[in-house]
Amino acid sequence: MLSFLDNISQSLDAYLVLAGLLFAIGSFGFLARRNAISMLMSIELMLNAVNLSIIAFGAFNPSLNPYASIIALIVIASAAAEATVGLAIVIAIYRNKKTPLVDEYDAMRQ
Amino acid sequence: MTLPETIPLLGFGWDDLLFMIFAAILVGSALLVVLMRDIIRCGLAMIICFASLAGLYVFAGAPVVAAAQVLVYIGAISVLVLFAIMLTQSKSGPRELVFQTQAFPAAIAAAVLALLIAVTVASTDWLASATRIWTNTRDMATQLFASYSLPFEIVSVLLLAAVIGGVFLAKREKGRAD
Repeated sequence: MLSFLDNISQSLDAYLVLAGLLFAIGSFGFLARRNAISMLMSIELMLNAVNLSIIAFGAFNPSLNPYASIIALIVIASAAAEATVGLAIVIAIYRNKKTPLVDEYDAMRQ
Repeated sequence: MTLPETIPLLGFGWDDLLFMIFAAILVGSALLVVLMRDIIRCGLAMIICFASLAGLYVFAGAPVVAAAQVLVYIGAISVLVLFAIMLTQSKSGPRELVFQTQAFPAAIAAAVLALLIAVTVASTDWLASATRIWTNTRDMATQLFASYSLPFEIVSVLLLAAVIGGVFLAKREKGRAD
């Protein structure tokens, strides 16, 4: 029973499907949430999903092995920079508009 | 006493069980992040999500990336997000309506995306090796500081620019009544 799950941690497909699932969850959050900070958190989920797929490729392909970790580290640093600037922008907009909800940011529409 | 090779009654190995536990925590907490109403709890679920991802990185043989994940994501970005939530949450804000009106089409689009990725992954031959490879940290450090030192330095400049830009954007402007 359930022996088809044997060696699931040794297959690249499991990691990639997991990363795809995480990316899809993040894209749903980005499209569906109203709060700007929730949208930023969803972007973080998507960045982490891509990172997981990079690490998985590095773990299962010998020619990519040390490079995947390097790429993942640089992606983590860029994501930190992105989160800093994004949250600062959200705080600056909140100071002017008094709301964190993105569907009330309609100054360019009027 | 020694553990048996595979788990009795279930028929898969112990590391597979650990992988599935991490994967279940990852997917469950990611769903909590996008579905819960209270945004503070979303931030806390995000921390659990990052922690399980760090576990998966160790599983995939990249301990340095797992340590960076713990330091950067759990230590820095989560705290930043929680502070931003506390700065922007107003008591009068609507707590009952957390989703846009197009949340249902967004759910369908996300489900189609997940299905598409799964089908693509399953139908592609990735030429993967049969077992995981443990990343040699010494090799990685040599490559990072020898061949990839230019991206490394550019990242440090990027982080400096982000810090200065973040402070500049978030600081209160003088001479404006708000």
